[in-house]
Amino acid sequence: MSLNVLWFILIGVLFIGYAILDGFDLGVGAWHLFVKEDEERRILLNAIGPVWDGNEVWLVTGGGALFAAFPEAYATVFSGFYIPFMLLLYALIFRAVAIEFRSKQPMHWWRQMWDVSFSVSSIVSAFLVGVALGNLIYGVPLAPDHEFAGTFLGMLHPYALLIGVTTVALFMMHGAIYVVLKTEGPLHEKFRGWVNSGIIFFIICYVAATVATLIYIPRVTSSMKEYPALFGVALLNMLAIANIPREVHHHEDLKAFLSSCAVITALLALFGLGIFPNLVISTPGPENSLTIMNAASSSRTLEIMGIIALIGVPVVLAYTASIHWIFRGKVKLTNSSY
Amino acid sequence: MTALALARSQFAFTVAFHYIYPPLSIGLGLILVIMEGLYLRTGNPLYHQMTRFWVRIFGLIFAVGVATGVVMEFEFGTNWATYSRYVGDVFGSALASEGIFAFFLESGFLAILLFGWDKVSKRMHFLSTLLVAFGAHFSAVWITVANSWMQTPSGYHIVGEGLKARAEITSFWAMVFSPSSMDRLLHVYAAAWATGAWLVISVSSYYLLKKRHLDFAKASLKVGLAVAFVSAVGNMITGDISAKGVARNQPEKLAAMEGVFEPNAPADEHLFGWVRAGEERVRGVKAPIGGLLSWLVHGDRTAPVPGLKSFPADERPPVNVVFQAYHGMVAIGVFLFGLTLAGLFFLWRGTLAERRELLWVFVFAVLGPQIANQLGWITAEVGRQPWIVYKLLRTSAALSKTVQAGAILGSLIMFALIYLLLFAVFIYLLDHKIRQGPEEEDLVLPVGPSGMSDLLKGHRA
Repeated sequence: MSLNVLWFILIGVLFIGYAILDGFDLGVGAWHLFVKEDEERRILLNAIGPVWDGNEVWLVTGGGALFAAFPEAYATVFSGFYIPFMLLLYALIFRAVAIEFRSKQPMHWWRQMWDVSFSVSSIVSAFLVGVALGNLIYGVPLAPDHEFAGTFLGMLHPYALLIGVTTVALFMMHGAIYVVLKTEGPLHEKFRGWVNSGIIFFIICYVAATVATLIYIPRVTSSMKEYPALFGVALLNMLAIANIPREVHHHEDLKAFLSSCAVITALLALFGLGIFPNLVISTPGPENSLTIMNAASSSRTLEIMGIIALIGVPVVLAYTASIHWIFRGKVKLTNSSY
Repeated sequence: MTALALARSQFAFTVAFHYIYPPLSIGLGLILVIMEGLYLRTGNPLYHQMTRFWVRIFGLIFAVGVATGVVMEFEFGTNWATYSRYVGDVFGSALASEGIFAFFLESGFLAILLFGWDKVSKRMHFLSTLLVAFGAHFSAVWITVANSWMQTPSGYHIVGEGLKARAEITSFWAMVFSPSSMDRLLHVYAAAWATGAWLVISVSSYYLLKKRHLDFAKASLKVGLAVAFVSAVGNMITGDISAKGVARNQPEKLAAMEGVFEPNAPADEHLFGWVRAGEERVRGVKAPIGGLLSWLVHGDRTAPVPGLKSFPADERPPVNVVFQAYHGMVAIGVFLFGLTLAGLFFLWRGTLAERRELLWVFVFAVLGPQIANQLGWITAEVGRQPWIVYKLLRTSAALSKTVQAGAILGSLIMFALIYLLLFAVFIYLLDHKIRQGPEEEDLVLPVGPSGMSDLLKGHRA
């Protein structure tokens, strides 16, 4: 396997890590305003309190790795998606400070203000990530010099919006399961009911998105036609989705959560298979597409980065796992809580 | 304004705002290690109370630092895409290393630092504090390495020509240990320690003046002054090494810092002044020792220091900005050094709590390192102009080609509004926490990992 393919996969792994981990943070944020009691809102915030910051680092590291391994793709996407990425930044800033600031003052208006910031910015973040993904699957116009040749409004086509909504739905389902896992008592029961709404919302979006993809972007299936075994990923995805309501029904919350993680992994793997070996597909003018070859750094850099990843990633996985282990179990509010 | 001027303003504004926070995290991180280390060693509940209080402040600072830091990584791509294409092969690996090696460490163990008091043993908590502080210091390594590569590129070669040209790495370690990186890293550390130390000194002095939390304030002040002393000495030494490095590696920048114009003559040191770039001279007051700058750089008062006239006009940085920023930074450094000595002297005499004027100066001296940090970076970054990568890529050629001036202006206005709001809320909450002071209950030793002593109390203090 060439270094370029390896880095395509590694960056995929980083973004999957981001989607699984920050996905539940954003999902919890999307549900936040549905909960009315102050103490219950605090429990939601503290369910993600110790981990959201580390979860966001997956995005930062994924971005850094994209910069290092495929600088052409990084430069084209970030400068081309200027307005959506700026909006994403504002949303991430508000999300971060809302979590930190919210419970530091008792006034009702203060808490309401940050609650709204937290929830709206979580929904907007998830939606924008989805819109960006939708554009990458659909293809964006690129010039021969690899520069983005489209417009902001051109990115807001129905397909991209559909993927945006689907991402919100996916994270809401994921987040609801996480809350069920992390809470007890009335809040737990409330979310146990809401999980089902979340699952239904997601399945509707998922079916619509799948049908739309197959109709409008048939090329995504080309790698599966070539290697039929890859259809297993799609199959796994469907089984994982079907397994979630089953586990929820049996009160196997952890298994439901792991299934939801598997869904996210499979969906992003399908996305990767759909665009491979391209990073940014140019529509029209597929000859201008950025691929894992023409957008890559030198093989020397990919090698150096490989060593860095080899040392870094196992360590990161080890302490990510231990932090989540230390903060396992149901959330309890203490005087160091948010 | 042109897209270039707007993009530069945006980067300058967002990075300057961001840089209020990381030095505080680094400096306060070190101080937390000292305080919690003292607690572990002595078992004195006062140190427990101190650690708990400063951890709360640390959490607030860290949150704003993270929120504003993500912006920087995005901006390389959004506003400086041509630069990103040019340097990605070299610069990107330093940035990715920062994420993998430092950010995960910091953010992961921060969870235990902030929320793990009842979840882990005392030793494990101390280890987390240590790792958070180490992570903060380690992230400074990578970002300083990346920036230093833009000052003194090394370990690369240029591939392709014209618009297709880009830098490719030849040696990772030569990139990491570029001629300026380690000098500058040490200077960043010394400055960051001073930033953390003066926050602690300022708050403690305020308590002494208001006659509140006296034991807490005296003990915090001692730790603060000790760290301030080490960093003041460190700043002098690392500043001197860095300036000599600039003289060696970026002589145009040194000439601008000192307002030297004559191409090949021994140079005097201006204590302060105003550069008249048109007349190519400085109006100001010189140090009484002739050839002092030559001596500082070369150890020889008659050695020549190349002035700006030795360099083509289109390769000179804006002189007066760099001159003022550099002189301002040095002046603040000297002033803080003096303050530290005064503080230590009265601490030794045991009369510091009665020196009310000095304590009031201490309260406001918290701004000193912050201003010096900004001025230092202005010196470094404006002094590198007109280059974004020294002698390789001009700032004017580094901009994103597809981004319109209007979009940059719009996003800049948004950043200005959001950051103003953020800063106001940050100051409001910081002030609130300081007024509230350390918690009395933190003077009682915690029961341990399974302790339920501090369960569920109203809103978080």
